[in-house]
Amino acid sequence: MKVIYTDVLVIGGGLAGLRIAIGARRRGHDAIVLSLVPPKRSHSAAAQGGMQASLGNVAKGQGDNEDVHFEDTVKGSDWGADQQVVRMFVNTAPKAVRELAAWGVPWSRVRQGDREVIINGQKVTITERTEAHGLVAQRDFGGTKKWRTCYVSDGTGHAMLFAVGDQAIASGVPVHERKEALALIHDGTRCYGAVVRDLITGELTAYVAKATAIATGGAGRVYRVTTNAVICEGIGAALALETGVASLGNMEAVQFHPTGIFPAGILVTEGCRGDGGLLRDAAGHRFMPDYEPEKKELASRDVVSRRMEEHIRKGNGAKSRFGEHLWLDITLLGRAHIEHNLREVKEICHYFLGVDPAKEWIPVRPAQHYTMGGVRTDHTGQSPALRGLFAAGEAACWDMHGFNRLGGNSVAETVVAGMIVGEFIADFIESPKGDLDIPTSLIREAVAAERAKLDALLTGGGSERADAIKVEMQQVMTDRVGIFRTGADLEEAVHRLQALLLRSRQIGLRTHSDGPNPELVTAYRTQKMLKVALCIATGALARTESRGAHFREDFPRRDDAQWLQRTLASWKDPSDALPCLAYEPLDVMSMELPPGWRGYGAKDYVDHPDTPRRASELEQLRARLDGADRHQVQTEIMPYEHLLPESFRGRNERIDERLP
Amino acid sequence: MNDAKPAPAAPTTPAAPLRKLHFHVLRHDPRDPQSIPHTEVFEIEEAAGMTLFIALNEIREQHDASLAFDFVCRAGICGSCGMVINGRPGLACRTLTKDLPADITLAPLPAFELIADLSVNTGKWMRAMSERLEGWLHMKDPDPDLRRLEQKMDPELADRIYELDRCIECGCCVAACGTARMRKDFVGAVGLNRVARFRLDPRDARTDDDYYDVIGDDDGVFGCMSLLACHDVCPKDLPLATQIAFMRRKMAGMAWK
Repeated sequence: MKVIYTDVLVIGGGLAGLRIAIGARRRGHDAIVLSLVPPKRSHSAAAQGGMQASLGNVAKGQGDNEDVHFEDTVKGSDWGADQQVVRMFVNTAPKAVRELAAWGVPWSRVRQGDREVIINGQKVTITERTEAHGLVAQRDFGGTKKWRTCYVSDGTGHAMLFAVGDQAIASGVPVHERKEALALIHDGTRCYGAVVRDLITGELTAYVAKATAIATGGAGRVYRVTTNAVICEGIGAALALETGVASLGNMEAVQFHPTGIFPAGILVTEGCRGDGGLLRDAAGHRFMPDYEPEKKELASRDVVSRRMEEHIRKGNGAKSRFGEHLWLDITLLGRAHIEHNLREVKEICHYFLGVDPAKEWIPVRPAQHYTMGGVRTDHTGQSPALRGLFAAGEAACWDMHGFNRLGGNSVAETVVAGMIVGEFIADFIESPKGDLDIPTSLIREAVAAERAKLDALLTGGGSERADAIKVEMQQVMTDRVGIFRTGADLEEAVHRLQALLLRSRQIGLRTHSDGPNPELVTAYRTQKMLKVALCIATGALARTESRGAHFREDFPRRDDAQWLQRTLASWKDPSDALPCLAYEPLDVMSMELPPGWRGYGAKDYVDHPDTPRRASELEQLRARLDGADRHQVQTEIMPYEHLLPESFRGRNERIDERLP
Repeated sequence: MNDAKPAPAAPTTPAAPLRKLHFHVLRHDPRDPQSIPHTEVFEIEEAAGMTLFIALNEIREQHDASLAFDFVCRAGICGSCGMVINGRPGLACRTLTKDLPADITLAPLPAFELIADLSVNTGKWMRAMSERLEGWLHMKDPDPDLRRLEQKMDPELADRIYELDRCIECGCCVAACGTARMRKDFVGAVGLNRVARFRLDPRDARTDDDYYDVIGDDDGVFGCMSLLACHDVCPKDLPLATQIAFMRRKMAGMAWK
């Protein structure tokens, strides 16, 4: 049996995972990154539009700061987020952009003087300040009060991933490519690493580590129509789930992006609308102002996606042989802008649709896009149930997105969480808690268990086809656990997914090679994906309210009185056919921003009994602190800075907020 | 602005004629001592908007579950799916079958280690190239104060750097390169472009002397025979010919010193 020992085992080679590994190396520890694919091909590269950080360099970003970013993010989350974690995030995001600038990301920069932009369908002239010339520029994105999204044309994730990937190479971080973790090694209280399969040779190796971090991204591929890459199958979440100890938070919170190209579901960035693009129906009518007079096309993604589907249901969709869709019109932005700031969009439209977006409209319809839920962790990224297990990025739920993530906050989260969790992992392994004291029998048994599962698939003679089960699962999820949900649909979905899970235990293969065998990979992943899908569907069925991206037609109101709670799903026994659900209440009395109206979407919600009490408490506090600066007020209301690693504390400088 | 005429043409509506497509796929598993490289033919029915990503998955579902190939983003941005399509390296995910004849030949990218069938180990090659070239930004200030305003950069220069930073390391340029076929350590257009990118970046501490050390030989810029197939096949339309010519002039200048 082959065993590899290291300090930090990072599962996943995207932005969050690579940044954790770099952080650990900088603190003098060894780290190994496991990646299904060469790390620069990770799904992080697909983040097009940009990363939110309140630098406030552009004219339309003036006045932006952590407070505004915090408020936008919490409202976006529909009050599902952990507000202290949001504070940690918004204070670190500007530092992350600046670190990446130092690492070589060619951020698009501010040009001084007049420029013409499109706002609300109209040409407007904006004058950029001389003192901002050459600083990192920001564009507009949905659900934000200020222009806050820093970008590199529309290849932001690509540029970030290459810069961070390069620095990982510079730091000597080994990336073990084409390796897949099959199971975590643990004893019910402490995680010791993972059993890992080589996707080329099929060989199993035990990776034993003081700390193990899951940074495997989202679970979009449990849906049929998704913008996600084919490797985003929720396997990291499943690894945690299958320990029987760690839990997944808020898996029912699934985001649908308004502009997946139709019918392929490939993403075109929110930057299209941020830069002034419009949504139109079959008749060419711009319909979003009818529904959302305040934010129009730039309400949060959950709201825009629902309005689009609602508009299609009313018979306003454009018809095609693949079904109905709407149009994204960016022709008004002009060719020069598209070829400069939206070039990936132009390429995607050209290659996949044969459309020139400077002249023609783009057929779009909402598609699954982001998994707000994930491995439940505390603010350090560690699982409260399994010591030594960490998670970061889309795979994690620490929980900064609540029930809806804002555009530009995900790629920002990857690096911010990587920075923060990387430091906490280093702290952990330097402390006595990080000591490794593992019986070799545990390693041997873990490897043997995985070997037995693979052998059962390869030679067990099962009669079920893995790919057929997977396709059925994806169809059930897209049809019944989508944008509009009902109790009846969700019950049916749970029922069908359960049946598929049972069938997945009888999978047999047509190809028996243990080496590069795609059928074998589909088989064991499908078994895992079904558990994740069941967490989503059961969580959605149980949650009898509508919050953020989780919308129940039979319970259309947000219900803070009953449901200001985070769902925790766990899988107690491998033979179970359903997850166990538990709930963790959010404490209104410690919130900086008590629940209210988001500023877009439904105005109708049920208050939590504590909400008025907390609101008046805050009012008094603010009155008492009248005249104090914003940092003092914030610290009085909800202190958080002590939660950050020391190296990332401190205020962020802006043109209008100079540091001494 | 609120109402406009519907788009000039609804792009998803025109009916494409359905053809029977014949895929001639090069098969081989180098780890299997019994395996002999051979071509296998698969027939599938064309569908509207079919890409090679869709077609290959259909072959896997309907004909042979063991067929190995790589896709990740399936949107032309991650560079995983480079293969030789009817003799020309390209990204399979964004190649539409309607643009190809009914007989389609698929082979793995040459110059890279074969994993199986259409899957090659570009990641290993790229990492080795990156380590040889020290293909990362060598920071002038390795420990900047992250609380302070970022350093300014000329907006045009940032755009020019991004232009070269758009490379997705798909390996098509290496597969199309005559030198790469003869010299296993040749860094390829991907490597030379990378050096050109850092050379342009004022944040990088290196000088032309340093760059000469890593590309001033036949495995670097002097190995290029100017066949320039790299430029022709680059899926991101990077200005590879110009960059290589420019780097050669700069490096030749260093050699005269």
